[in-house]
Amino acid sequence: MKPLTPQETTRAAAVLPPASGWTSIVKDVSSDQRVFKDVPWGKPMMWIFLLSDTFIFGSFLISYMTVRASTTVPWPNPSEVFGLTLFGRSVPLLLIAIMTFVLISSSGTMALAVNYGYRKDRLTTCAFLVLTAGLGATFVCMQAFEWTKLILEGVRPWGNPWGAAQFGSAFFMITGFHGTHVTIGVIFLIIVATKVWRGDLDRQRPGFLTGRKGNYEIVEIMGLYWHFVDLVWVFIFAFFYLW
Amino acid sequence: MEHVEHAEHPHTAPDGDKTGPSAHGQQHPLGIYFKIWGLLFVLSTGSYLVDYFHFHGLLRWTLIVVFMLLKAGLIVAVFMHMVWERLALVYAIIVPPLLLMVLLGIGALEADYTHLTRGTFFAPPAAQPAPAAH
Repeated sequence: MKPLTPQETTRAAAVLPPASGWTSIVKDVSSDQRVFKDVPWGKPMMWIFLLSDTFIFGSFLISYMTVRASTTVPWPNPSEVFGLTLFGRSVPLLLIAIMTFVLISSSGTMALAVNYGYRKDRLTTCAFLVLTAGLGATFVCMQAFEWTKLILEGVRPWGNPWGAAQFGSAFFMITGFHGTHVTIGVIFLIIVATKVWRGDLDRQRPGFLTGRKGNYEIVEIMGLYWHFVDLVWVFIFAFFYLW
Repeated sequence: MEHVEHAEHPHTAPDGDKTGPSAHGQQHPLGIYFKIWGLLFVLSTGSYLVDYFHFHGLLRWTLIVVFMLLKAGLIVAVFMHMVWERLALVYAIIVPPLLLMVLLGIGALEADYTHLTRGTFFAPPAAQPAPAAH
Protein backbone atom coordinates (compact mmCIF):
# COMPACT_ATOMS: atom_id res chain seq x y z
CA MET A 1 0.00 0.00 0.00
CA LYS A 2 1.58 3.25 -1.14
CA PRO A 3 0.92 6.03 1.37
CA LEU A 4 -0.77 9.10 -0.08
CA THR A 5 1.29 12.22 -0.52
CA PRO A 6 -0.17 15.32 1.15
CA GLN A 7 -1.35 16.73 -2.21
CA GLU A 8 -3.08 13.48 -3.05
CA THR A 9 -4.83 13.45 0.33
CA THR A 10 -6.15 16.98 -0.14
CA ARG A 11 -7.21 16.13 -3.65
CA ALA A 12 -9.02 13.01 -2.42
CA ALA A 13 -10.76 15.03 0.28
CA ALA A 14 -11.78 17.59 -2.33
CA VAL A 15 -13.09 14.95 -4.74
CA LEU A 16 -15.12 12.96 -2.22
CA PRO A 17 -18.28 14.54 -0.85
CA PRO A 18 -18.65 14.45 2.95
CA ALA A 19 -19.19 10.96 4.35
CA SER A 20 -21.84 11.64 6.98
CA GLY A 21 -25.37 13.02 7.08
CA TRP A 22 -28.29 11.80 5.02
CA THR A 23 -27.47 14.34 2.29
CA SER A 24 -24.23 12.42 1.70
CA ILE A 25 -26.30 9.39 0.69
CA VAL A 26 -28.22 11.47 -1.85
CA LYS A 27 -24.98 12.92 -3.15
CA ASP A 28 -23.26 9.53 -3.41
CA VAL A 29 -26.19 7.83 -5.10
CA SER A 30 -26.78 10.64 -7.57
CA SER A 31 -23.11 11.17 -8.33
CA ASP A 32 -21.14 10.24 -11.41
CA GLN A 33 -19.67 6.76 -11.97
CA ARG A 34 -19.60 5.28 -8.49
CA VAL A 35 -22.19 5.02 -5.73
CA PHE A 36 -19.96 3.23 -3.23
CA LYS A 37 -17.00 5.54 -2.98
CA ASP A 38 -13.84 5.03 -1.04
CA VAL A 39 -14.06 1.22 -1.07
CA PRO A 40 -12.62 -1.30 -3.51
CA TRP A 41 -15.43 -2.59 -5.76
CA GLY A 42 -15.07 -6.09 -4.37
CA LYS A 43 -16.37 -4.98 -0.99
CA PRO A 44 -19.82 -3.79 -2.09
CA MET A 45 -20.01 -6.92 -4.27
CA MET A 46 -19.37 -9.16 -1.27
CA TRP A 47 -21.79 -7.10 0.83
CA ILE A 48 -24.54 -7.49 -1.76
CA PHE A 49 -23.93 -11.23 -1.88
CA LEU A 50 -24.15 -11.35 1.90
CA LEU A 51 -27.36 -9.34 1.76
CA SER A 52 -28.91 -11.98 -0.49
CA ASP A 53 -27.65 -14.66 1.89
CA THR A 54 -29.29 -12.77 4.75
CA PHE A 55 -32.60 -13.19 2.97
CA ILE A 56 -32.02 -16.93 2.53
CA PHE A 57 -31.17 -17.49 6.19
CA GLY A 58 -33.93 -15.09 7.22
CA SER A 59 -36.46 -17.13 5.25
CA PHE A 60 -35.19 -20.35 6.82
CA LEU A 61 -35.47 -18.99 10.35
CA ILE A 62 -38.89 -17.47 9.73
CA SER A 63 -40.27 -20.67 8.21
CA TYR A 64 -38.83 -22.53 11.21
CA MET A 65 -40.68 -20.10 13.49
CA THR A 66 -43.86 -20.69 11.50
CA VAL A 67 -43.75 -24.50 11.75
CA ARG A 68 -42.77 -24.40 15.39
CA ALA A 69 -45.52 -22.02 16.37
CA SER A 70 -48.18 -23.81 14.33
CA THR A 71 -47.61 -27.40 15.46
CA THR A 72 -49.96 -28.78 18.08
CA VAL A 73 -47.42 -31.39 19.17
CA PRO A 74 -44.88 -30.33 21.83
CA TRP A 75 -41.49 -29.24 20.43
CA PRO A 76 -38.46 -31.25 21.65
CA ASN A 77 -36.59 -29.30 24.33
CA PRO A 78 -33.28 -28.19 22.69
CA SER A 79 -31.70 -27.69 26.08
CA GLU A 80 -31.95 -31.45 26.71
CA VAL A 81 -31.58 -32.66 23.12
CA PHE A 82 -28.24 -30.86 22.73
CA GLY A 83 -27.01 -31.50 26.25
CA LEU A 84 -23.88 -33.54 26.93
CA THR A 85 -23.20 -35.79 29.86
CA LEU A 86 -19.96 -34.77 31.50
CA PHE A 87 -18.51 -36.46 34.60
CA GLY A 88 -21.81 -38.13 35.29
CA ARG A 89 -23.99 -35.04 35.18
CA SER A 90 -25.73 -33.62 32.14
CA VAL A 91 -24.83 -30.09 31.12
CA PRO A 92 -27.43 -28.37 28.92
CA LEU A 93 -26.36 -27.15 25.47
CA LEU A 94 -22.68 -27.68 26.27
CA LEU A 95 -21.60 -28.67 22.77
CA ILE A 96 -23.43 -25.72 21.24
CA ALA A 97 -21.82 -23.32 23.71
CA ILE A 98 -18.36 -24.64 22.79
CA MET A 99 -19.19 -24.33 19.08
CA THR A 100 -20.27 -20.72 19.67
CA PHE A 101 -17.03 -19.86 21.39
CA VAL A 102 -14.97 -21.56 18.68
CA LEU A 103 -16.74 -19.57 15.97
CA ILE A 104 -16.40 -16.26 17.84
CA SER A 105 -12.70 -16.95 18.35
CA SER A 106 -12.32 -17.62 14.63
CA SER A 107 -14.00 -14.28 13.95
CA GLY A 108 -11.49 -12.57 16.21
CA THR A 109 -8.50 -14.19 14.50
CA MET A 110 -10.00 -13.24 11.12
CA ALA A 111 -10.25 -9.59 12.19
CA LEU A 112 -6.59 -9.71 13.23
CA ALA A 113 -5.64 -11.30 9.89
CA VAL A 114 -7.31 -8.39 8.05
CA ASN A 115 -5.52 -5.89 10.24
CA TYR A 116 -2.09 -7.49 9.72
CA GLY A 117 -2.86 -7.79 6.02
CA TYR A 118 -3.18 -4.04 5.69
CA ARG A 119 0.10 -3.72 7.56
CA LYS A 120 1.62 -5.91 4.81
CA ASP A 121 2.79 -8.36 7.45
CA ARG A 122 2.71 -11.41 5.22
CA LEU A 123 3.59 -14.17 7.66
CA THR A 124 1.41 -12.99 10.57
CA THR A 125 -1.54 -12.58 8.20
CA CYS A 126 -1.02 -16.08 6.87
CA ALA A 127 -0.72 -17.51 10.38
CA PHE A 128 -3.98 -15.89 11.48
CA LEU A 129 -5.76 -17.07 8.33
CA VAL A 130 -4.59 -20.64 8.93
CA LEU A 131 -5.68 -20.37 12.57
CA THR A 132 -9.10 -19.10 11.45
CA ALA A 133 -9.43 -21.98 8.99
CA GLY A 134 -8.44 -24.41 11.76
CA LEU A 135 -11.10 -23.07 14.11
CA GLY A 136 -13.65 -23.20 11.28
CA ALA A 137 -12.75 -26.82 10.57
CA THR A 138 -13.08 -27.59 14.30
CA PHE A 139 -16.56 -26.09 14.21
CA VAL A 140 -17.55 -28.24 11.22
CA CYS A 141 -16.19 -31.36 12.95
CA MET A 142 -18.23 -30.62 16.08
CA GLN A 143 -21.28 -30.10 13.93
CA ALA A 144 -20.65 -33.45 12.22
CA PHE A 145 -20.42 -35.01 15.71
CA GLU A 146 -23.71 -33.39 16.69
CA TRP A 147 -25.44 -34.61 13.51
CA THR A 148 -24.11 -38.14 14.05
CA LYS A 149 -25.32 -38.13 17.64
CA LEU A 150 -28.82 -36.96 16.68
CA ILE A 151 -29.08 -39.35 13.74
CA LEU A 152 -28.08 -42.27 16.00
CA GLU A 153 -30.73 -41.15 18.46
CA GLY A 154 -33.29 -41.44 15.70
CA VAL A 155 -33.79 -37.87 14.51
CA ARG A 156 -34.87 -37.75 10.87
CA PRO A 157 -36.22 -34.90 8.72
CA TRP A 158 -39.65 -36.55 9.00
CA GLY A 159 -39.71 -37.43 12.69
CA ASN A 160 -37.93 -37.87 15.99
CA PRO A 161 -38.51 -39.70 19.28
CA TRP A 162 -39.32 -36.61 21.38
CA GLY A 163 -42.09 -34.65 19.72
CA ALA A 164 -42.94 -32.46 16.75
CA ALA A 165 -41.84 -34.06 13.48
CA GLN A 166 -40.77 -30.70 12.07
CA PHE A 167 -37.87 -30.52 14.52
CA GLY A 168 -35.64 -32.70 12.34
CA SER A 169 -36.32 -30.96 9.06
CA ALA A 170 -35.79 -27.49 10.54
CA PHE A 171 -32.63 -28.60 12.34
CA PHE A 172 -30.99 -30.34 9.39
CA MET A 173 -31.95 -27.61 6.94
CA ILE A 174 -30.77 -24.65 9.01
CA THR A 175 -27.61 -26.09 10.56
CA GLY A 176 -26.80 -27.96 7.35
CA PHE A 177 -26.96 -24.79 5.29
CA HIS A 178 -24.90 -22.92 7.86
CA GLY A 179 -22.37 -25.77 8.03
CA THR A 180 -22.05 -25.67 4.25
CA HIS A 181 -21.25 -21.97 4.49
CA VAL A 182 -18.58 -22.65 7.09
CA THR A 183 -17.07 -25.42 4.94
CA ILE A 184 -16.94 -23.17 1.88
CA GLY A 185 -15.45 -20.48 4.10
CA VAL A 186 -12.68 -22.83 5.24
CA ILE A 187 -11.82 -23.64 1.61
CA PHE A 188 -11.91 -19.94 0.75
CA LEU A 189 -9.62 -19.21 3.75
CA ILE A 190 -7.12 -21.84 2.67
CA ILE A 191 -7.01 -20.36 -0.84
CA VAL A 192 -6.46 -16.83 0.48
CA ALA A 193 -3.88 -18.06 3.03
CA THR A 194 -1.97 -19.77 0.20
CA LYS A 195 -1.97 -16.55 -1.82
CA VAL A 196 -0.70 -14.59 1.19
CA TRP A 197 1.92 -17.25 1.93
CA ARG A 198 3.26 -17.22 -1.65
CA GLY A 199 3.44 -13.44 -1.59
CA ASP A 200 0.93 -13.10 -4.46
CA LEU A 201 -0.59 -10.06 -2.80
CA ASP A 202 2.73 -8.29 -2.37
CA ARG A 203 3.83 -8.99 -5.94
CA GLN A 204 0.34 -8.20 -7.36
CA ARG A 205 0.35 -11.54 -9.11
CA PRO A 206 -2.83 -11.94 -11.21
CA GLY A 207 -5.38 -14.34 -9.76
CA PHE A 208 -5.72 -17.63 -11.64
CA LEU A 209 -9.47 -17.27 -12.12
CA THR A 210 -10.03 -13.54 -12.53
CA GLY A 211 -6.64 -12.34 -13.71
CA ARG A 212 -6.93 -9.39 -11.33
CA LYS A 213 -3.88 -8.17 -9.52
CA GLY A 214 -3.33 -9.53 -6.03
CA ASN A 215 -4.06 -7.06 -3.26
CA TYR A 216 -4.55 -7.24 0.51
CA GLU A 217 -8.14 -6.09 0.02
CA ILE A 218 -9.08 -9.70 -0.74
CA VAL A 219 -8.23 -10.58 2.86
CA GLU A 220 -10.78 -8.03 4.07
CA ILE A 221 -13.38 -9.24 1.56
CA MET A 222 -12.78 -12.82 2.68
CA GLY A 223 -13.14 -11.51 6.25
CA LEU A 224 -16.60 -10.09 5.47
CA TYR A 225 -17.76 -13.53 4.40
CA TRP A 226 -16.29 -15.18 7.47
CA HIS A 227 -17.80 -12.67 9.92
CA PHE A 228 -21.14 -13.15 8.19
CA VAL A 229 -20.99 -16.89 8.91
CA ASP A 230 -20.41 -16.02 12.57
CA LEU A 231 -23.26 -13.49 12.42
CA VAL A 232 -25.70 -16.09 11.12
CA TRP A 233 -24.67 -18.42 13.92
CA VAL A 234 -25.59 -15.72 16.46
CA PHE A 235 -29.16 -15.80 15.14
CA ILE A 236 -29.32 -19.61 14.88
CA PHE A 237 -28.01 -19.91 18.44
CA ALA A 238 -30.65 -17.50 19.74
CA PHE A 239 -33.63 -18.81 17.83
CA PHE A 240 -32.97 -22.50 17.38
CA TYR A 241 -31.06 -23.49 20.49
CA LEU A 242 -32.20 -21.01 23.13
CA TRP A 243 -35.89 -20.81 22.24
CA MET B 1 -2.93 -10.61 -18.66
CA GLU B 2 -0.40 -7.95 -17.79
CA HIS B 3 -1.15 -5.72 -20.78
CA VAL B 4 -4.90 -6.05 -20.19
CA GLU B 5 -4.42 -4.61 -16.74
CA HIS B 6 -2.37 -1.78 -18.20
CA ALA B 7 -4.97 -1.05 -20.82
CA GLU B 8 -7.60 -0.82 -18.11
CA HIS B 9 -5.66 1.56 -16.05
CA PRO B 10 -6.10 4.92 -17.79
CA HIS B 11 -9.88 5.04 -17.59
CA THR B 12 -10.41 3.39 -14.21
CA ALA B 13 -8.02 5.70 -12.45
CA PRO B 14 -7.78 9.01 -14.28
CA ASP B 15 -6.36 10.97 -11.38
CA GLY B 16 -4.61 8.59 -9.06
CA ASP B 17 -7.36 6.14 -8.04
CA LYS B 18 -9.02 7.82 -5.04
CA THR B 19 -11.25 4.87 -4.52
CA GLY B 20 -8.42 2.38 -4.56
CA PRO B 21 -6.67 0.66 -1.73
CA SER B 22 -4.49 3.51 -0.59
CA ALA B 23 -7.37 5.90 0.01
CA HIS B 24 -9.10 3.81 2.62
CA GLY B 25 -7.36 0.75 4.00
CA GLN B 26 -9.55 0.17 7.10
CA GLN B 27 -6.49 0.38 9.32
CA HIS B 28 -7.46 0.55 12.96
CA PRO B 29 -5.61 -0.03 16.24
CA LEU B 30 -5.52 -3.66 17.33
CA GLY B 31 -6.94 -2.82 20.76
CA ILE B 32 -10.46 -2.28 19.48
CA TYR B 33 -10.58 -5.79 17.99
CA PHE B 34 -9.50 -7.35 21.28
CA LYS B 35 -12.09 -5.32 23.20
CA ILE B 36 -14.90 -6.39 20.87
CA TRP B 37 -13.66 -9.97 20.94
CA GLY B 38 -13.80 -9.97 24.74
CA LEU B 39 -17.23 -8.37 24.70
CA LEU B 40 -18.52 -11.05 22.31
CA PHE B 41 -17.28 -13.73 24.69
CA VAL B 42 -19.03 -12.05 27.61
CA LEU B 43 -22.29 -11.70 25.68
CA SER B 44 -22.15 -15.32 24.50
CA THR B 45 -21.58 -16.48 28.05
CA GLY B 46 -24.56 -14.36 29.04
CA SER B 47 -26.85 -15.94 26.50
CA TYR B 48 -25.64 -19.42 27.48
CA LEU B 49 -26.36 -18.69 31.14
CA VAL B 50 -29.91 -17.70 30.22
CA ASP B 51 -30.43 -21.34 29.26
CA TYR B 52 -28.29 -22.75 32.06
CA PHE B 53 -30.31 -21.03 34.79
CA HIS B 54 -33.60 -21.91 33.07
CA PHE B 55 -35.01 -18.43 32.84
CA HIS B 56 -38.50 -18.44 31.41
CA GLY B 57 -41.10 -16.22 29.84
CA LEU B 58 -40.55 -12.57 29.10
CA LEU B 59 -37.24 -12.35 30.95
CA ARG B 60 -35.77 -15.17 28.85
CA TRP B 61 -36.90 -13.61 25.60
CA THR B 62 -35.74 -10.13 26.49
CA LEU B 63 -32.29 -11.39 27.47
CA ILE B 64 -31.91 -13.66 24.43
CA VAL B 65 -32.91 -10.96 21.96
CA VAL B 66 -30.84 -8.24 23.63
CA PHE B 67 -27.69 -10.41 23.72
CA MET B 68 -28.31 -11.50 20.13
CA LEU B 69 -28.75 -7.98 18.78
CA LEU B 70 -25.74 -6.66 20.70
CA LYS B 71 -23.54 -9.46 19.33
CA ALA B 72 -24.81 -8.99 15.79
CA GLY B 73 -24.33 -5.24 16.05
CA LEU B 74 -20.77 -5.53 17.30
CA ILE B 75 -19.79 -8.00 14.60
CA VAL B 76 -21.25 -5.90 11.78
CA ALA B 77 -20.10 -2.55 13.15
CA VAL B 78 -16.52 -3.33 14.12
CA PHE B 79 -15.40 -6.68 12.68
CA MET B 80 -17.06 -5.93 9.34
CA HIS B 81 -16.00 -2.27 9.56
CA MET B 82 -19.49 -0.86 9.00
CA VAL B 83 -19.01 2.10 11.38
CA TRP B 84 -16.18 3.34 9.22
CA GLU B 85 -17.95 3.03 5.88
CA ARG B 86 -19.75 5.82 4.04
CA LEU B 87 -23.44 6.08 4.80
CA ALA B 88 -24.46 5.17 1.24
CA LEU B 89 -22.97 1.69 1.69
CA VAL B 90 -24.23 1.31 5.26
CA TYR B 91 -27.82 2.09 4.33
CA ALA B 92 -27.74 0.02 1.14
CA ILE B 93 -26.85 -3.04 3.24
CA ILE B 94 -28.59 -2.47 6.58
CA VAL B 95 -32.00 -1.23 5.40
CA PRO B 96 -33.14 -4.06 3.03
CA PRO B 97 -33.03 -6.82 5.71
CA LEU B 98 -35.66 -4.84 7.64
CA LEU B 99 -38.08 -6.13 5.00
CA LEU B 100 -37.72 -9.49 6.69
CA MET B 101 -39.76 -8.01 9.56
CA VAL B 102 -42.76 -8.03 7.22
CA LEU B 103 -42.19 -11.71 6.45
CA LEU B 104 -41.79 -12.33 10.18
CA GLY B 105 -45.15 -10.69 10.85
CA ILE B 106 -46.88 -12.65 8.10
CA GLY B 107 -45.29 -15.88 9.37
CA ALA B 108 -46.41 -15.23 12.95
CA LEU B 109 -50.01 -14.46 11.92
CA GLU B 110 -50.17 -17.48 9.67
CA ALA B 111 -48.69 -19.74 12.35
CA ASP B 112 -51.24 -18.62 14.93
CA TYR B 113 -54.06 -19.24 12.50
CA THR B 114 -52.73 -22.67 11.51
CA HIS B 115 -52.27 -23.60 15.15
CA LEU B 116 -55.84 -22.57 15.88
CA THR B 117 -57.33 -24.56 13.00
CA ARG B 118 -55.20 -27.61 13.78
CA GLY B 119 -56.34 -27.46 17.37
CA THR B 120 -59.93 -27.20 16.25
CA PHE B 121 -60.03 -29.83 13.54
CA PHE B 122 -57.22 -32.32 14.00
CA ALA B 123 -56.06 -32.77 17.53
CA PRO B 124 -58.47 -31.41 20.09
CA PRO B 125 -57.00 -33.33 23.05
CA ALA B 126 -53.42 -32.33 22.27
CA ALA B 127 -54.31 -28.70 21.69
CA GLN B 128 -52.18 -26.49 23.86
CA PRO B 129 -52.12 -22.77 24.43
CA ALA B 130 -50.29 -21.17 21.50
CA PRO B 131 -46.65 -20.57 22.41
CA ALA B 132 -45.60 -16.92 22.50
CA ALA B 133 -44.03 -16.96 19.10
CA HIS B 134 -43.21 -13.40 18.38
